Amino acid sequence: MSLLVAFLAAIGRTVLDLLRLIGRFAIFAGETLSHLVRPPLYPREILLNLYNVGYLSLPVVGMTAVFTGGALALQIHSGGARFNAEAVVPQIVAIGMVRELGPVLVGLMVAARVTSSIAAEIATMKVTEQIDALVTLSTHPMKYLTLPRVLAGLVMVPALVGIGDVIGILGGYLVGTRTLGFNSGTYLQNTVDFIETLDVVSSLVKGAAFGFIATLLGCYFGMNTRRGAQGVGQATKSAVEAAAVLILATNFLLTRLFFSV
Amino acid sequence: MIELRDVHKAFGSNRVLRGVNLRVETGTSMVIIGGSGTGKSVTLKCILGLTRPDSGLITLDGKDVTRGDRDAFLARFGMLFQGGALFDSLTVWQNVDFRLLRGALKRPREEAREIAIEKLRRVGLTPDQADLYPAELSGGMQKRVGLARAIAAEPEIIFFDEPTTGLDPIMSGVINALIREIVTEMGATAITITHDMTSMRAIADNVAMLHDGVIKWTGPVSEMDNSGDPYLEQFITGSAEGPIEAVR
Repeated sequence: MSLLVAFLAAIGRTVLDLLRLIGRFAIFAGETLSHLVRPPLYPREILLNLYNVGYLSLPVVGMTAVFTGGALALQIHSGGARFNAEAVVPQIVAIGMVRELGPVLVGLMVAARVTSSIAAEIATMKVTEQIDALVTLSTHPMKYLTLPRVLAGLVMVPALVGIGDVIGILGGYLVGTRTLGFNSGTYLQNTVDFIETLDVVSSLVKGAAFGFIATLLGCYFGMNTRRGAQGVGQATKSAVEAAAVLILATNFLLTRLFFSV
Repeated sequence: MIELRDVHKAFGSNRVLRGVNLRVETGTSMVIIGGSGTGKSVTLKCILGLTRPDSGLITLDGKDVTRGDRDAFLARFGMLFQGGALFDSLTVWQNVDFRLLRGALKRPREEAREIAIEKLRRVGLTPDQADLYPAELSGGMQKRVGLARAIAAEPEIIFFDEPTTGLDPIMSGVINALIREIVTEMGATAITITHDMTSMRAIADNVAMLHDGVIKWTGPVSEMDNSGDPYLEQFITGSAEGPIEAVR
């Protein structure tokens, strides 16, 4: 009996911890966004973060997209051959990249690159009293650290997704035309004809949502770190894990919202 | 005047402050001494609102520090943190001028840089070190940059958390003299935490001994040696024998 009670208590504790985390995170998100309409803003910090989150993520996003698009073309061609559907490679690459793989892979790459870096940076600032120093210098840490990063995520990740979609399609195009024998003009025409406005809109909306999640979680775990170097490591790990899971879950919800019939 | 009345603060089961009562008159220099982990830094953080006390009242010039305009309140303070707490992404002069490059006290960039270089000179650093990043400095130099940042905007009240730790004796003397000068010439109110007895005698008008979460003794530095308080006597003589248990 006591084992059963202990088991149920453990489940209860976990659920309560999860609810507590969701509550704290929701308050953190609300407070961050509230600073959008409460001056001062720090334009230099915002520009710096647009550059860090957006421009500096381009290489990893580009490489990920081009290889994924190429592999996707090969898979569709090989799989489609089983029922004589090799010709749909351009269409499936386009829809696959724009609706799903582009946003999800860019989101996960941003989680790996940006969430980890934000969490580690802010957590280090926390344990070395730099956050306290900001406060004593009359600067709100949410305004100076969190808001610029979250804004950068909201603005730059959709742009990265858009670029990733195009590069992914380009990867498929290169494999399709160089290896699989597709005609260049026909491949591009099929791609353009097949993509609809909703596909692009859903891709960019997902990008904005993933950018928000990735940057906000980095800031949240960084700000709430404890216990020195071990705490910094823990915060970074937790932030990336939470961002990856939440990005995939949000992707499912948004896909359902946009495309379920 | 800063006044703490029956301030309590616990972190989980660890009751750090257990009823701190302390009064620091305007324009005086108070030094808080006590063993490691007795809550000296927590006391300063409670006054600044970086940590919220569980109970008790903290007032500045008779007003509760938790009420009123927080920005205006913080603008009156400067603080030197124990580890310097410099911003890694900014150069030395940008750290010193953090307050003067943004917000209500914003100055033109060139003017702010000149102020930073002057403050750096006061703490024994040269203009060519102004463009370095904190990671390129030694621990002692970082401490001095932190000190320059604390005094850059010429605040009315300055907190120094271990200002001479990590400095050589000569530079410690320079920093002690500077803190004394800030209090005497600028009329600033200072609260300093230190374990350095030489520093304490050079800086303090008054001393408070914090032990077991309460102020065991407070009074003018001139009365410290004849206080008759066994805790204070053990601490200033550095004796292993006495009421303060030394963990061996």
